[in-house]
Amino acid sequence: MADEEAPSMKNALGSVDTVLLLGGRSEIGLAIVERLVRDGARRVVLAARDAGDTPPVIGAAEVHLLEFDASRPETHGEVIESAAKLVGDLDVVIPTFGVLGSQAAYDADPVAAAEAVAVNYGGHVSAGLFAARRLREQGHGTLVVLSSVAGVRVRRANFVYGSAKAGLDGFAQGLGDALHGSGARVMVVRPGFVIGRMTEGMSPAPMSSTPGQVADAVIAGLRSDAEVVWVPGRLRAVFAVMRVLPRAIWRRMPR
Amino acid sequence: MTFLTGWGRTAPTPARLARPRSAEEVAELVRRAPGRGVAARGLGRAYGDAAQNSGGLVLDCTALTSWSLDESSGLVTAAAGLSLHDLMTALVPRGWFVPVTPGTRHVTVGGAVAADVHGKNHHADSSFGAHLRSLTLVTADGGCRTLTPESELFWATVGGMGLTGVITEAVFRCVPIETSRMRVDVERTRDLDHTLETMTATDDRHRYTVAWIDLLASGGRMGRSVLTRGDHASRDELPRGADPLAFAPASRLKAPPWAPNGLLNPVTVRAFNEAWYRRARPRTGLVQGLSPFFHPLDSVDGWNRVYGSHGFVQYQFVVPFSEEATLRRIVSRLSAEGVVSFLTVLKRFGPGTPGMLSFPIPGWTLALDIPAGRRGLAVLLREFDGWVAEAGGRIYLAKDSRMSAGTAAAMYPRLGEWRKVRDEVDPGGVFRSDLARRLGL
Repeated sequence: MADEEAPSMKNALGSVDTVLLLGGRSEIGLAIVERLVRDGARRVVLAARDAGDTPPVIGAAEVHLLEFDASRPETHGEVIESAAKLVGDLDVVIPTFGVLGSQAAYDADPVAAAEAVAVNYGGHVSAGLFAARRLREQGHGTLVVLSSVAGVRVRRANFVYGSAKAGLDGFAQGLGDALHGSGARVMVVRPGFVIGRMTEGMSPAPMSSTPGQVADAVIAGLRSDAEVVWVPGRLRAVFAVMRVLPRAIWRRMPR
Repeated sequence: MTFLTGWGRTAPTPARLARPRSAEEVAELVRRAPGRGVAARGLGRAYGDAAQNSGGLVLDCTALTSWSLDESSGLVTAAAGLSLHDLMTALVPRGWFVPVTPGTRHVTVGGAVAADVHGKNHHADSSFGAHLRSLTLVTADGGCRTLTPESELFWATVGGMGLTGVITEAVFRCVPIETSRMRVDVERTRDLDHTLETMTATDDRHRYTVAWIDLLASGGRMGRSVLTRGDHASRDELPRGADPLAFAPASRLKAPPWAPNGLLNPVTVRAFNEAWYRRARPRTGLVQGLSPFFHPLDSVDGWNRVYGSHGFVQYQFVVPFSEEATLRRIVSRLSAEGVVSFLTVLKRFGPGTPGMLSFPIPGWTLALDIPAGRRGLAVLLREFDGWVAEAGGRIYLAKDSRMSAGTAAAMYPRLGEWRKVRDEVDPGGVFRSDLARRLGL
């Protein structure tokens, strides 16, 4: 018998079998799935809006498509249950949906800002809670929550987005603690600036990363049962300082 | 909820644990099975997740320990939770021995049936299932059935990893013995070819045979082995005055509760293997107790802890006799990679039982223990899986903790037939385990 809670993954060598991606077209999400399949995962569910019926080819895996709308929390429970019907126990669940948007645009259109927050925070709350219910029942499985350093300390340059991520980060940590002892777990991922489709046209911030690098860090975190993963890792130290900078200085941060 | 693992101490999952005290209590628990199903558990010696049921109910069957012996025929009726250790302690002084024992006495009768276990006498006596007269099984409907070898369900249950129901009792024939000692021959071989040749040529002279392979030996010594062959000693082979049927397995040492990860590394294991090989001076007619011959590791309690916190996996496969090339390919790859495995065991299997998911088929079986934290292990073993499947071989479900459903289906050609029988007796999928989920059984 195990004396303590340890990995809640299905196989002795840390490979998982099933993955559910909520927001099935996300670059980071697909990069994670690709790596999990390379490590032995066989069944993938991609849930996205207008999912269509042509699954992308991901390794040799069995890929299922489901319709999923992040902005309709009342449908999230059903999507999780449908995924479990398709592939059985869910080993890894990754909600990757989200919108970035510019602060200037949100200033001009507060309604759009509220809608973005509803997806970036509220959508993750319902999807996360429904997923947690399923994982708790299974007694195993990991919910991967894509937070951001933007939520670690919110900056004036993108405080609408940052505040949603701050809420999400807190939600994920609390959910992880609530699941402690159930066999299910939550892993919080905090990337810095990620160069990709979502940030097209923006100039990369220092210590930025690619979706592939984020995915690599997620895989390493899953293997070691990390609770929090920073990408790149040195952002942990950087933000230990950022967090305690006096507000007068913080407010002058250029971006 | 209690977190459970197998003997390899990998991938713990939580389950509600119940400890029924009778077959009636088992039936009652099965009738009230939760949605995540029921799995039976004995002493937890399966290496992987066979006796785990994440989020469901696990029946600890070790309170079912009644037994009786018919002294005239050697027929034993034993409850499923009785350990072979307790059974031997009772039987040996009466002049009887279990028909088959695996490398540890600390398995239950129920586990021995569910995994259709084999021992050093497989080439002569086949596996545990071959010696069974009947079984009692609590099925998904909460009923209790007595099964005999004429029924399909019997052979779906023997080797069926507990997925057809909860085995509560077994009746099997034991072996008469004159003494509690073994007459043992020890021989060393130079390399793998020499090992295979010697075993092929001389295995049939002994009831019990096994080879320990030094996997870290390389080059011209790759596959060098210590062959140990034995038979039950007769009374006149014992020193005068010895109690012929005395059986008191040595008091057990305890492995330290914690061991550093990496304690077993190429340096320490190479040293151990060298010492083991050298110590095994060729001898014939050595008289040895049952325990050191059959269960050397049982003298160290909790030896599975020396692999550190990541635990370990045991990789045991069998390939048919014509497929020595596959065996050679795997051994040379392990040797080249410097895979740390001590007590790697090679054995010749004879004919198997009709068990639909039973592991043994005529051929060579190799079993090795590898620390689970080893980098690249998943990829290496997946490669081996492919070779073994292609050779018409298979991996032992009671040892497995990492193969994929596709691999299992390729290796067990009678899986479809087994599923049909299982679906009939358990249409609602009451009996489940993490192993069954992982392999889609």
